[in-house]
Amino acid sequence: MRLNYPTNIKIVKLPCSGRVDILHLMKAMEEGADGVFVAGCLEGDCHYQAGNLRAKKRVAYVKEILDKIGVGGERVAMYNLSAGQGPRFAEIAREMTEKIKALGPSPIRIAKRKAAGRPTTEEAA
Amino acid sequence: MIIAKPKPIEEIIELVKDLKSVLVAGCDGCVTVCEAGGMKEAQVLASALRMYFRQQGKDARVDETSLTRQCDRPYIAQLDDQIEKYDAVVSLACGAGVQFLAERFSKKPIFPGVNTCFIGVTEQKGEWTERCQACGDCILATTGGICPIARCSKRMANGPCGGSSSGKCEISKETACGWHLIYERLKELGQLDRFERPNDPKNWATSRDGGPRKIIKEVSQV
Repeated sequence: MRLNYPTNIKIVKLPCSGRVDILHLMKAMEEGADGVFVAGCLEGDCHYQAGNLRAKKRVAYVKEILDKIGVGGERVAMYNLSAGQGPRFAEIAREMTEKIKALGPSPIRIAKRKAAGRPTTEEAA
Repeated sequence: MIIAKPKPIEEIIELVKDLKSVLVAGCDGCVTVCEAGGMKEAQVLASALRMYFRQQGKDARVDETSLTRQCDRPYIAQLDDQIEKYDAVVSLACGAGVQFLAERFSKKPIFPGVNTCFIGVTEQKGEWTERCQACGDCILATTGGICPIARCSKRMANGPCGGSSSGKCEISKETACGWHLIYERLKELGQLDRFERPNDPKNWATSRDGGPRKIIKEVSQV
């Protein structure tokens, strides 16, 4: 289909969104990701029955933690789409990128770069 | 097992926010099974605290570990050579574990990271319910294997009371009447005559009324 989606998105492939752990999301944010979204199958269509529903709960759990520590829960999100919905994936990738760009860089990344004496491009500008 | 639930993270942040180094210590025992304080929960909490400190512009060190059991000295002794590196420890063990750490490392603040709730069972994944209050004088043999101390809201030795309705307790329609359960179970066992012999008033001296408790099994001592 040769669809375009933003190049800033790094894809981590997993056999099922049910494999996504709370810790995976936490670590990604801790490492300085500006946002993370989980792309699971459509609800009711999980090959392993409930993997995507489990992922949904874990995303909600991480959102709560991020809100409480001041990082902002809106930086993680759960999306549901089927493997046949390439255009929808590209749309979600753009949607999430725009949302995160509006939020600005992650406070963790800003603090990390500041600590290392390298302010983010957004800050320098 | 002992059932606990994680303390709200804001409560833990309040305890450690001014520190420079914190160890989050999980316990591989009961709290791991009830998903409140094992290695996984220690990693999640430590990660959250690191992020909190980082965005506050503080260069604090937060490490995580998990001990086989925090209620046995040989296991907590594993922290002997690293405890000095930290300003405080957040223990995710039950109240017993927190206190045992505090006892061993008397100069180090030890904070609880979970609320210890009750002795209970796993109903299904993610759901735990109370079964025992450790009263120290088990009467399950006479009550059909259902504990009126833990399962009756009033801890009545002889029930049910007038608040029992359609098998539910007056405190909530979600809560089964302990004595209704006992009646049904004794009926199943053909022991309903048990109700003709009331239980004696309970001797609470074996429970908390006797002060902090201690058990000595001489044959096990060295």
